[in-house]
Formats: sequence, C-alpha cells, structure tokens
Amino acid sequence: MSAQTSSNIEHQHGLKNPPKEVVLRIRRRERQDAEARWEEFAVPYRPNLNIISCLMEIRKNPFTRDGRATTPPVWEMNCLEQVCGICTMVINGRARQSCSALVDNLEPHKPITLEPMSKFPNVRDLVVDRSEMFNHLKRVKAWIEIDGSYDLGPGPRMSQDEVSERYAYSRCMTCGCCLEACPQYGDGNYIGPQAIAQVRLMNMHPSGKMTRDERLSALTGEDGITNCGNAQNCVRACPMSIPLTKAIYEENRETILYGLFGWLRK
Amino acid sequence: MATGNGIRVAIVGGGLAGLAAAMRIAEAGHSVELFSVVPVKRSHSVCAQGGINGAVNTKGEGDSPWKHFDDTVYGGDFLANQPPVQKMCEMAPSIIYLFDRMGVPFSRTTEGLLDFRRFGGTLHHRTAFAGASTGQQLLYALDEQVRRYETAGQVKKYEHWEMMSLILDGHGVCRGLVAMERSTLELKAFPADAVIMATGGPGLIFGKSTNSMVCTGSAVSVCYQQGARYANGEFIQVHPTSIPGEDKLRLMSESARGEGGRVWVPRQKGDKRQPSSIPEKERWYFLEEKYPAYGNLVPRDIATREIFQVCLDGYGVFGENQVYLDLTHIPAETLDRKLGAILEIYEMFVGDDPRHVPMRIFPGVHYSMGGLWVDFDQRTNIPGLLAAGECDYSIHGANRLGANSLVSCVYGGFVAAPAAIEYAKNLQRNGADGSKVYDDELKRQQEINERLLKQSGAENQYVIHEEMGKWMTDNVTVVRYNDKLKATDEKLLELIDRYQHISLNDSNMWATHALPHARQLQNMLQLARVITLGALNRNESRGAHYKPDFPDRDDENFLKTTIAEFSGEGPVFSWEPVDIGLLPPRKRDYSKGGKQETKQEAVVASAKAAGLPPKEGAKQVPAEGSEMKPKDLSGPAVWGQNKEQVRDVDHGEAETRTERGHEIKDAGGKSDKL
Repeated sequence: MSAQTSSNIEHQHGLKNPPKEVVLRIRRRERQDAEARWEEFAVPYRPNLNIISCLMEIRKNPFTRDGRATTPPVWEMNCLEQVCGICTMVINGRARQSCSALVDNLEPHKPITLEPMSKFPNVRDLVVDRSEMFNHLKRVKAWIEIDGSYDLGPGPRMSQDEVSERYAYSRCMTCGCCLEACPQYGDGNYIGPQAIAQVRLMNMHPSGKMTRDERLSALTGEDGITNCGNAQNCVRACPMSIPLTKAIYEENRETILYGLFGWLRK
Repeated sequence: MATGNGIRVAIVGGGLAGLAAAMRIAEAGHSVELFSVVPVKRSHSVCAQGGINGAVNTKGEGDSPWKHFDDTVYGGDFLANQPPVQKMCEMAPSIIYLFDRMGVPFSRTTEGLLDFRRFGGTLHHRTAFAGASTGQQLLYALDEQVRRYETAGQVKKYEHWEMMSLILDGHGVCRGLVAMERSTLELKAFPADAVIMATGGPGLIFGKSTNSMVCTGSAVSVCYQQGARYANGEFIQVHPTSIPGEDKLRLMSESARGEGGRVWVPRQKGDKRQPSSIPEKERWYFLEEKYPAYGNLVPRDIATREIFQVCLDGYGVFGENQVYLDLTHIPAETLDRKLGAILEIYEMFVGDDPRHVPMRIFPGVHYSMGGLWVDFDQRTNIPGLLAAGECDYSIHGANRLGANSLVSCVYGGFVAAPAAIEYAKNLQRNGADGSKVYDDELKRQQEINERLLKQSGAENQYVIHEEMGKWMTDNVTVVRYNDKLKATDEKLLELIDRYQHISLNDSNMWATHALPHARQLQNMLQLARVITLGALNRNESRGAHYKPDFPDRDDENFLKTTIAEFSGEGPVFSWEPVDIGLLPPRKRDYSKGGKQETKQEAVVASAKAAGLPPKEGAKQVPAEGSEMKPKDLSGPAVWGQNKEQVRDVDHGEAETRTERGHEIKDAGGKSDKL
C-alpha cells in the first residue's frame, strides 16, 4: 500500500472555481485569564479539505497569513468521524464538529472563522472545558440500576420501534452544540436539553423506569426543566438529529405528573 | 472513599476494556483510579460500528461457542493461544446479555429478541448490533455504569491525564505510574497496587489509519521500554473498506457487507462510465467469484489483499486505487435502519448518497493483533502490570475477525479485573510506600520534559511523524518484502536520530499539544521498530502478514509467538510456542464451498482428542439438515450473498430481488424457516 491511497477519492469532488488558498480567522486565547485575539492563517486549497486538515497544516508550520511566526493553535480532536464529539467549535458562527465541517461547503472564497464555544470555560484557543455536561449526567442518574454485572440472562424484550426511539437519544455524544445554541443555558441557570434527553433515554427503558422518579426529581429544581424557553434551537443545532424538543416535552409531562402525584402523596 | 480492604487499582485508558475492568473492580468493592487522555466517553471504542460477536444462536443455525471459537482461531490462522479464545467465546453470549440489561438499544427481531447479523469469517448470524454504531452504544453503557460508581466515590477519573511511565521498584514490581496533566503539564506519581493497561491500538504509527487520534500506542510502548514483553507486533490488520481522507482513513464497517453489500470493479480496465450505467455482466464481483461460500464476507486480510491486487492489476475504479462497495440493491429503508450511522459518515465526508451510488473504498490500517504479552489471566511479565483490549496480543492471532474486537475488549477487562484484585490481595506492601521509587521516577520524567522544552533543533516533530507514517504504510502493511522492511528500519533509526533535534515550536506551554506529542512520537518510533523487525523476522505468510517471497504458512518454523524485549540497542526477539491443544492447525482456505461441514467435524473430533467434555462442541452441532447447509451457499458466484441478503430482508421486498434480476423463490428454503 502506498501514500497514493489518500488523495484519489477526493479528485472526484470539489469546487468548480476553487480558491487558491483557504483563509481561516481563528479566535485565540493564550490561557483562561488572557484576552482573546484574532489571528489569520492561510493554507493551500485542496478539494475535500475539512477544518481539521487545515488546522493540522497550520500546526505543522505555525505562521500567520502575513508571515509572522506564532504559536500553533490548539484544538481538540479524536475520532474525526463525528462520533466522539470532542472537536466541536464555532465555525462561521455555528457550533459544530470541525472534523465534519468541509471547506467546500463553507463558502471557501471568504475567510472562515473558528471560535471556541462560548458557553463553557475557554482553556486555550479553541479548547473548552465541558466537564459540566458530564456532571449533569451524574445529577440526573443517567444509568440503568442493574443489580450487578454478573450473568443474569437477557434483558427485557422490546419492540424494534421502542428500540429505535431510544437509539436516537442514545447517540448523544455530549458535544454541547445544543447548549451552545440554547438561549436559556449558561451560568448554571438551566440544566439544558442534553441531560433531559438522557433522562428520556433512561426513563423509556423497562428497568430504567423503575427509578424514574429519582431522575425526574433531579429535573425539577430551580434550574430544572421548566426553564426551557421553547426556542427550539437545540433540535436544529444537534448534529445527531436527536429529537431534543420531544424529550423535553415528554419529560416535562412526566415531571408534571410526578409533581402532581407527589402532591397527592403528601 | 469506599476502599474495601484497601485495594487500589490504576487503569490506563477508558475505552471498553478499561471501563469493563473499572466496573468490575468497583463492583467488588475496591477503588479505581482511571486515567484517560480524553474524557472516557470520547474514547476510540465509539468508532466501532458493526457489532459484537456471541454465539447466542437465535437464528436456528445451530451456532455455538465452539463454532465461534473455531471461526476465531481459524480466522486468526492458528497463531492465538487457544484457551483464552475458548473462554472468550463461552463468555460472549453473557456479555451481550449484560449489555442488553444495561440498556444498549440493540436492534430487535419482530419477536422483540436481539437481532444478529452476519460478519466476516463465519457462516452464522452471530453479531449483535445497535444500528451501525455498536461501539458507541456499548461504550456509553459502560460509561454510565462507571459514572454510577464515580458518583458513589469508588472510581476517580483522571481525564486529560496521560500516562508517562510505570513506577517500578528495585525488584521490577509495578508500584504505580507517573501521569501528566495535559493543560498544566504537571507530572505526578500515582501509587497503585496494580496497573491495568487498556490503551487500545497504535494506528497513528502509520500516520493515517482508521484509528482515533489518541491511538498512538505511546503508553504501551512505554511499558515495553520499561521491560514489558511485546508480542506479535508485526500483525497489523488493514481493513478492506475505508474511505481515504486528508486527515484520516474513515472506516466503512464490515456490516455493510454483512447486510449484503457487494464489492466489484468494472470488468473493463479504466471504464469511464458511471457505475449505474455498467450492466451486471460487465461487473466483476471478484470476491464472490473467488470465494463462493463466504463471498464478500471472507476475513479481512483476504479481502484486503484481493482489493489491493485488483487495483494493482489496473482494475481500480476510474484507474484509481479504489473499488466499489455497492449497497444500492438494498431498499433505502432497510439500509437506514441497519446501517444508518455509517451511511451518514460516507455521505458527510464524500458527498455521495450510498443508498443510490456505490461507495468507493480502499483498504486502510485498522487494528493491531499484536500487543503487550499477557498470560491467560491478562497479566504481563511485569508483576503488578496487566493489560486488556486491543493493547494486549492474546485473542486474535494473525488476523482478527470482524465484531470480535468489542467482545475481546470486554472479556479482557472482565478477566483482568479479578486478576488484579487477586494480585493486590497477596501483595507485600511494605517498602512500596517508601517514597523513593516514586520520587525517582517522577524526577526522571521531569528531566525528560525539561530537556525537550530546552531543545532548539531544526527538526519539526510533525514532519518526522508524517515520514514515519508514510514509510510504515508503504512498506509494513499489506505486502511486505524483506529489503523494504530493512530499509524501513534504517529509516526509523534515522528518524530516531533526527528526533533528538526537534524543537517544540510553541512558546506557550499552557495546554500545549507540542510536548505531549513529542513524548508520544518518541514512543511511537520505538514501537514502529518492533512492528517492522518482527515482520522482517517472520519469513512466511500468515493472516495479515503477507510476504510474496514466502507465500505459504510455515507451521514448522513459524507457528510461534514473536516476543520483543527492549534494549538500548533495539528490540531483542525471542519466540514462544503457541498453545494449540484444543484445535489442531489446518490449512486456511476460504475458497472452498463445502468447507464448513468438514470444519464442524473437525471441531468435534479435536474436542474429543483434547479430552474435553463434549458438552459444547458435540451437543450443539445440529442434526443433519437442520441448519444452513454449505451447499446452499456454494452456487454460482453471485448467489451466495444474494441468498443471505434475501433471507435477511425477508419482509416482502420484492423490489430488491427484481432489481437484482432474480426471482423470489431463489431465496431457497431459508425464508420458510423463519
């Protein structure tokens, strides 16, 4: 096998009038407490470039467009198949994964802007700290309470329809696009669609249903589900097409019922 | 912290194997410190697509763990020690059931049972799947369970911490590890009673591969350089179907063929027509033609070599290194349900809709069968150091079968966990708490970092990485020649030398990737030599290791495990016999139609010969006529897969069948049995 393998398929696609170079404006920050600044870079155009490939090119040779030596921009990447969620950043104003952002689809004749997500602490350059999303999952107990991992035979039977609905929620890669797009999310005032969808995923499962109330109670606090402003940005922003608004609707209904019965039980 | 009787295990890597071990150790009441370069939910296991193997036998095919075992050993060209493979295959159905209980949305049959699809190297429907993102779903299930133990205080995660080295005491016993936080670059020593490596594969040594960017093999290489034995490094799986890209080779899952996808090229070299205007008789379905029984589902090493050769002979689509992987004969609804996730990947990155246009694919580096040497309890040769998952060598021999990786990860984690606990219980702790070994190793690591930070040579580390990747890909993948392997090792020595002259190119050390990458690169270069020289030494062809100058398997000289041990002069090699006590080696030949039948007899016979109770092997071999018969599958070339396909989508999709120009009754008796 040889390196010729890499570029063949790309020949077949690409633009009619390709630009000579791709210009990237990157919003940079040296560390958490530093001022942000913009830097402009250019990389030679090739068909089927994605944003990650551009960043790799810049990293290899860290000079700005006007020839000034600089530090290589820092970003996170891992799977490059839009399934790990790590490389999320704001590209031309929209939060998305940089691996699946193809230059050819981004009006490459104009500068492309790259910014870190704004709803999470900025670590450096395009890197943000999304650990609060994992904390949400702890809070809503997003797991099935199995008795143990020893052999207890198969799980409950389910129809393919039920599985398909759960599967959609189970594809959430904790990327944060929904939270970046949500006007309510930020400063700890709203738990957000990501965690609510995981409550839906767990509450739909026959075993998960048994501990449903614990999850619902986690959604009823001051920053709970009722803070959804129904902007519906989340569902449009989700790269995995997760029906987030449906999850919010269903869980809202469940919390109301739960609240009602909770009141009756008093 | 709930610490049971005080046992503390460090796990490096939070993919399937690491999380499986973490769950088991926490469940036993002990505490876990879990180290991962990325948040564990973003580990490379998410990239596994097609499914997980286990002989649950819900399709009336008479499948059994014995057959799974036989397929795995045979598929691995008899290089795997057989006892752990047998144990894994026996555990596999219960592993699938466990994930089912943990809430994985496995695809279902109409009766609400788990559905199974076919995968390469077997004639049975043995692969449970959750759409086409099974790895993601399984990883999330374990991530959730481990988070439960994290909330209870039994698991402490060190995410964004990268292991730099092991801490070994004066007796060579592993006492913990040194890790580096990736923002502050702080180095810290972590004492542990046992360390489990679960760091996955080393794909990045080849530059571009189907692996995620964390799959450098760096941590495993560190273990090797500190005295751990590395086994069968030369066995690197090149997946037949990947989508070449600038930044990586994206995987196109074997499940595409499991669900009926067909590989072909135009019979006419350099045919310029679009695929839809090339009539059936002018298409060359070369896998189906050469391997009537298995068709497109021959094991990966074979499919890869065939695709490679077809392109080498000038039959590549549009004269390029690419062949068609065609799903267009399958209804879009079926494709969306069973393969949606992978079709989206193709669409997203290539721009064509594979439901209507055949995909163009080419082989890409995918998996390492080799890894840290472990015994049957996942213990390495360093006391206190264990390994599980892709980073150990134990299960897959010379070639891994599709959908066996997920099951081997979980199996490895489940075996390593009690072995680590057992070891820790008997551990003499006195002396280990003296801080000197920790301080010394920490200091050694600090010095390495300081040296790199001060260095100001003219070499660029990313250029060195790229050169290593190109040389390794060109010379140490599908086809291997000794002169080229020698030249590659010389090149690696040159790169190791040039590495001494890199500068980090980043004046801001906060959260820099320059220093971690430089550390990884040095480790990758060392491991690259193990892979290359292991290949040079092995003058035969076996599984994924193919030398045209030595085209046959040579059991007399090479039915043995390659062991590499580090020395200042480079790897020192030795060889170890393979445990073949359960299944005598036989010629590996997937081109014969009637093979499966003789194979079953062989399994039973060898089980008896080995003095094993025949409970698994014998009982579950179905009575004559009660299962899928090999001769049903060995008709004209294009039929083998076709029947599988029709059988699989037997929901009245007449369109599929007429599209392919065949009548419904050609599905044979299969649909009657469903």
